Amino acid sequence: MNIQVIIPMILFLAIIFFIGFWSSKKLESSTGGFLQEYFLGGRELGGFVLAMTMVATYGSASSFLGGPGTAYTMGFGWVLLAMTQVVTGYFVLLVLGKKFAILARKYNAITLIDFLKVRYGNSKVVVLLAAASIIIFLFSAMTAQWVGGGRLIESLTGMQYTTALFIFAVSVLVYVVIGGFRAVAVTDAVQGGVMVIGTLVLLIAVIIAGGGVPNIMQDLLNENPRLITPYGNEGNLSAAYVSSFWILVGVGVVGLPQMAVRAMSYKNTRSMHRALVIGTLVTGFIMLNMHLIGIFARPVIPGIEVADTVIPLVALKILPAWLAGIVLAAPLAAIMSTVDSLLILVSSSIVKDVYINYINPNATEKKIKNLSFGVTTLLGTIVFLLALNPPELLIFLNLFAFGGLEAAFIWPVVLGLYWSYGNKYGAIASMITGIVSYIALHFYNEAYGNLFDIHTVVIPVILSLIAYVSFSLLINKTKYIF
Amino acid sequence: MDPRFKVAHREALIGVVLAIVHFIWWFGFAYGLGSKPVEEYSYIFGFPDWFFYSCIIGFVLVAITVIILAKYVLKDVSLEEEGDEQ
Repeated sequence: MNIQVIIPMILFLAIIFFIGFWSSKKLESSTGGFLQEYFLGGRELGGFVLAMTMVATYGSASSFLGGPGTAYTMGFGWVLLAMTQVVTGYFVLLVLGKKFAILARKYNAITLIDFLKVRYGNSKVVVLLAAASIIIFLFSAMTAQWVGGGRLIESLTGMQYTTALFIFAVSVLVYVVIGGFRAVAVTDAVQGGVMVIGTLVLLIAVIIAGGGVPNIMQDLLNENPRLITPYGNEGNLSAAYVSSFWILVGVGVVGLPQMAVRAMSYKNTRSMHRALVIGTLVTGFIMLNMHLIGIFARPVIPGIEVADTVIPLVALKILPAWLAGIVLAAPLAAIMSTVDSLLILVSSSIVKDVYINYINPNATEKKIKNLSFGVTTLLGTIVFLLALNPPELLIFLNLFAFGGLEAAFIWPVVLGLYWSYGNKYGAIASMITGIVSYIALHFYNEAYGNLFDIHTVVIPVILSLIAYVSFSLLINKTKYIF
Repeated sequence: MDPRFKVAHREALIGVVLAIVHFIWWFGFAYGLGSKPVEEYSYIFGFPDWFFYSCIIGFVLVAITVIILAKYVLKDVSLEEEGDEQ
């Protein structure tokens, strides 16, 4: 592999490390209490960093490799589907909004589960159920992303998978462990910047290589007219199926713990307003253009079989090596910025939600500090070892990480904020219904094809809504005073 | 009720309404224009018309709406407890 491709990546890693050290300095000099500082960046995120950390946490390997690769195969129908993600840019912040940020401060909440705990009357079942879902599902999701990160470095540098994974693991671990949430958020901002620049460069290059948009469209039309319809290359993307992604990757994202926790981390409402604008623009820009690149690549390099390789192959073919290195730092940044957020979140669930709540409520500041560093390091090490040879169970659990968590958390969070009659029985019923029905329906859909021709996530989200409302009203109905 | 919650409820509602309008725009143009036979598509800047309106113009309009919201509609409130400087 060309050394010119590797140099921009090494530079990129150097910047990321620098931010880790800078954040750890801030951590030492902070006065706001270690936990709030380490797991929430002291609630000091400004608009730009808030927007970027939301976009970067949300945008993962699938936005840069899998998604564009699928667009390459299926055509414009898949870009239409990908554009349902633009809604996440404004929806999470507007809907959780100011009420979530105000209540989180009032409750002194550092994690999403802290919020649920106070809102649902210190219910131990709610806390442990929520913590277990977060730890199990996000742990699996994290492992899957690490595998992706290792594979990407492997394919770009020609190193052994184990070496590549090791480099990836060490890079992420160092800055997350020493710098905490602030390091995660600020590196996310840099990584988000890399993602935007990479997208722009590659878009321009691929349009030039394809001879302009009208020319590319003619080529696609000649190959298979269905590529430019909303229905996919074989005409099997139905309107109902594509629309159901509005739940999975659109409005449902509000229920993802890694997104919700960011909605309590900003400094003031001015930052939130800025983040709304920047987040919407950046999400839309990346999703639209990365998926367009996927399609435009088709006439430029026909016949690519493995979807994940479309973007690396195109970048290496049409760009000078050093520029390809910069562009290909984008998917790496996307993976890292997702992984780091999950790592700090799972660590916070173990330290804050389980250990301090139920095992040792009187732990000293020093003890908490050592434990936080220790747990984060240990988690990272376990994930590394698992990613070397991922067990079947993890791959299986990862299938539910996204939709399952949405179905579990969306109503306890959203209705917990806005509906006075929501109570702990509703929340417990909703979480269990969401996860169980998601897993059950997943198997049904695998065996018989999608029920009602929509994505698995939709029905469990509806069922968990019914469970939340009916259990809240039926058992111990009380009005909650915010 | 805390007066700040009034602001918050209104803005959450704005988020929901914007998402619904966004969905209708996205769906309407994509499947309204896109379900015609391919030969009848027209092209704008090289893109098929359904895609241009649904995804490109749709995104631009949403972005403009969010900018207007952030500038003129959403209100600044204090996130801290009233009278508590912590």
